Amino acid sequence: MEESQTRPLWRDQEIVIVPGRTEQQYLRDIWNFRELLIFLSWRDILVRYKQTTFGVCWAFLRPFITMITFTFVFGRLAKMQAPDDLPYPVLVLIGTVVWQLLSTALTLASQSLTTNASMITKIYFPRIIIPLSAMASPLVDFFINLVFLSTVMVYYRVVPSWNIVFLPFFFLLAILTAIGIGLWLGALTVRYRDFREVIPFLVQFGLFLSPVGYLSNVLPDKSRMLYSLNPVVGVIDGFRWCFLGQKVGFFPAGFLISTTVTFLVLAIGIRYFRNVERTFADVI
Amino acid sequence: MSKPLIEVNSVGKRYRLGQFVGAGQPNSFRESISYWIKSSLLKGIFRKNRERTTPKEIWALRDVSFKLQKGEVLGIIGRNGSGKTTLLKILSRITEPTTGRVVLRGRVASLLEVGTGFHPELTGRENVYLNGVILGMARTEVKRKFDQIVDFSEVSQFIDTPVKRYSSGMKLRLAFAVAAHLDPEILVIDEVLAVGDMAFQTKCLQKMDSVAHDEGRTILFVSHNMGVIRTLCSTGLYLEKGQVLGQGPVEEQITRYLGSVGQVSCSTDLAARDDFLGSGKARILDVRLTDLNGVDQSTILSGQSLRLEFRYETHQQGAHPQWAVGLLNQRAEKVFHLESEDRGAQLPPLSCSGTHAVSISRVPLPPGDYIADLRLKLDGETAYYLQRAFSLKVEPGDFFGIGRVTPSHGELVYVDHSWHAL
Repeated sequence: MEESQTRPLWRDQEIVIVPGRTEQQYLRDIWNFRELLIFLSWRDILVRYKQTTFGVCWAFLRPFITMITFTFVFGRLAKMQAPDDLPYPVLVLIGTVVWQLLSTALTLASQSLTTNASMITKIYFPRIIIPLSAMASPLVDFFINLVFLSTVMVYYRVVPSWNIVFLPFFFLLAILTAIGIGLWLGALTVRYRDFREVIPFLVQFGLFLSPVGYLSNVLPDKSRMLYSLNPVVGVIDGFRWCFLGQKVGFFPAGFLISTTVTFLVLAIGIRYFRNVERTFADVI
Repeated sequence: MSKPLIEVNSVGKRYRLGQFVGAGQPNSFRESISYWIKSSLLKGIFRKNRERTTPKEIWALRDVSFKLQKGEVLGIIGRNGSGKTTLLKILSRITEPTTGRVVLRGRVASLLEVGTGFHPELTGRENVYLNGVILGMARTEVKRKFDQIVDFSEVSQFIDTPVKRYSSGMKLRLAFAVAAHLDPEILVIDEVLAVGDMAFQTKCLQKMDSVAHDEGRTILFVSHNMGVIRTLCSTGLYLEKGQVLGQGPVEEQITRYLGSVGQVSCSTDLAARDDFLGSGKARILDVRLTDLNGVDQSTILSGQSLRLEFRYETHQQGAHPQWAVGLLNQRAEKVFHLESEDRGAQLPPLSCSGTHAVSISRVPLPPGDYIADLRLKLDGETAYYLQRAFSLKVEPGDFFGIGRVTPSHGELVYVDHSWHAL
């Protein structure tokens, strides 16, 4: 008789359920439920563009239009200068692509728990899987956008600098930023629906408080420290530096601040999520 | 003897009512802030850690303990709100207990709802995979059982159509088909069989039966259908107001549960019953049993006349009432159903309180204990639905009116008839 292949959730292992338990094997639990993570991600990606005419084109239509608008507003109207005659659209597009990843990932992650409430109240699994899987479709969009970005760079004959080898590092930083904020806001939204209203504001103002349409070196050094408290600043500056090299400059102090904030938010986000996770089914 | 697969030790679950939900936390940000300000102010004034003002709280479960051996099938019975679903949710780790301890020795799959995680935009095929993985199957396992699942669901023709185009019955069949092919060591099932058309229900029950008896799985099963409980389960757990009132052979527990409705008397007070379903726009205050002359009857004889009087109150005056009474015997089989709408009854619109009655000229029931479900709809909307509303004791009587007591031969009802030579 063939051994049953049901996922070994708790094989050869006693599960003890007591009040206020903290799962000792949380990471193992996540590992055991990895297929669920993959399938939920797959569902989100699949559903995203079903019954749309333009399908995946939407992924780069948005940054494309943002690029044109921002080039016009910041480049033409506000007469901001790109260093070393770099084409302004390329500067803007890098910012936009990264911003889009961060903003959609954290928006979807923070909404994901309430939209999947029926699953949370009916099935057990590590709840963190839901916000994590919600980030899959923005990630796919992001990779499509990277292709789009390279096309635009070819068009403007911009050769990427050697710093591009650091791209995976900044990519990881972007993901961690989105996860940190997304988990925190997601868990807060479960208990306080007020945060559902807060997120669109955050995204709207964040767009202008982050160097998307302009370079962060337009700010004087003193206020740049304060500005760098926004974790997105470090990520976007990092991406620009990867693609365009020293021409756009690198501001180590600011980068350090941004990265510290990112990890701080990540730590708080995970901690808060874990703390309230076990009451989700009762509260949601 | 090996250790029991499930051990539940004095498990309790407390919920808070009203503005506070969950584990006693304020549920909006503003409340949270004002709560924090208030409590810190009070602390400052009284200089001691004041006891929290306890909001109204209820124990959905209290001091529940039981053990389940491998291969046992436990039926959990009790009225609405007795804590059955809460118990299942604790066992499936969805919510955690407030007190107590549970030990599970095996993989658990819980089926509290059919079709959890179904996405309308995805095709049947995609949903089978998704739902299977959500319920705890591995992808390879779903793949292996895919054909079986589709066969069972009887929707193979539409398997590549988005589920949003399915009828609700098809959706249900597909969802149940996935669930039926789970094979964990412990299976936790809430009332999910009470869905679908009769033929499919029977199929599901057969499947459940084979899972329980042939494959030797340990199952916890909640249902209001005593017939299903009786056929599937070996032991019963009887819950009432969150507490275990009985535990043991299933037959015994069902009898106890059905008998719990109250002593047989000519009048049953329902005002205190809070386990009714429906909008509550009307309530039935009591039920009185009389004969057609209005004389109270505490026991009914086979063949006598019977009038059931329902005293109601409502704030929806002028609504058109639809009454229904379903009568079940001790084996929880429905013996008859009286529905005012089916009978074409012309009842006046409801006033704010009053009494409506249904009359039976000759009670066709063999001797025994019976129990009745009661439902009142206002303008087509269920306002009050109470299971196990009142009980009825029928004593041997002269059903045919021939001067002697009609014997009973195990029939469900007596039928008036005649014999001839032709």
